[in-house]
Amino acid sequence: MIHPYDSVIVFALGRVLIPVMQLFGLYVLFFGQYGPGGGFVGGVILGTSVILSILVFGLSESSGRLVSRVLHGDGVGLLIFAGVGGLCLIGGGAFLNYADMTFPGLDVASRRYLGILLTQIGVAVDVAVTSVSIVLSLAVTNEDRDSRDDLPLPVGEGRGEGEHV
Amino acid sequence: MTFSFEIPLLILLIVTAAGAILVKDLVSAVFILGSYSFLLALVWAWLGAVDVAFVEAVVGAGLATMLFLLTLFGMAPKDTQVHRPSSSWPALIGLPLLGGLLLYAAGDLPKLGDPSSPASVHVSPFYLENSMQHTRTPNVVTSVLMDYRAFDTFMETVVIFTAGVACALLLGRHRV
Repeated sequence: MIHPYDSVIVFALGRVLIPVMQLFGLYVLFFGQYGPGGGFVGGVILGTSVILSILVFGLSESSGRLVSRVLHGDGVGLLIFAGVGGLCLIGGGAFLNYADMTFPGLDVASRRYLGILLTQIGVAVDVAVTSVSIVLSLAVTNEDRDSRDDLPLPVGEGRGEGEHV
Repeated sequence: MTFSFEIPLLILLIVTAAGAILVKDLVSAVFILGSYSFLLALVWAWLGAVDVAFVEAVVGAGLATMLFLLTLFGMAPKDTQVHRPSSSWPALIGLPLLGGLLLYAAGDLPKLGDPSSPASVHVSPFYLENSMQHTRTPNVVTSVLMDYRAFDTFMETVVIFTAGVACALLLGRHRV
């Protein structure tokens, strides 16, 4: 678990800034076809907003278990990406050739537009979940180390000591 | 007009790069590296590569700095100080030689934005001319990344996924 940061300023600013960050991340994600940005940057911004909210508001034991269960879905983004490729295969074309996706009532250009959008969402989910997962692993490791600080441990040992506890 | 802007930017870039290497405290080095990434993002934007600049600013100055800091906070305080041995003679002679070779070779590079350079005569015109009709995507960078070169992007996503799984396996002791 991660303790919330005990500061009124950080709390108030976090409450305002985090939704704005998420909105900006979604904007970057969905307007990547019209301006700079796209799935990768949008995913990083979304993931960073989640990381910021974890660092500011903390993570209790129960919600931490929930988050680590959500992080088991690490491959969902990759699955969306590969699934779009699979749809193209089912439609009778090459892998990731969006023109062969079978969507009734869409011409070729619209199908490729839709394919770009779906794969961008896949990349964004993958990047966001991965960044949150890495930060959570690092933070929880630090937390474990901090909680053992009251024990008389020899100074300066690596983190390998934790394996035997 | 651009001349007055680019020279201080490049000087700052070199200064921050050298500072990140030379500083003794690793936490300071991480912050200097973050500012280096931000300056590099400005350079990309100045060269017209807005998408790359965006990624550099978000990932280099934002996410990577935070990952470095979290890693450093997990280390013992004495491990965040570095004591470097003095440089060896082969490095002191060889690296300026290599730099001189690179500068010599840079004279043969095409000028920035040259329409007859090899990179902008082969496939780039095809993407620029056909992206709108093929994919209805005005941002050609996105259509190249996600449609014409989707397989490359797919493999990059696999790399990110693999990195996430590896970090979870190495660091996530709480889950085992």
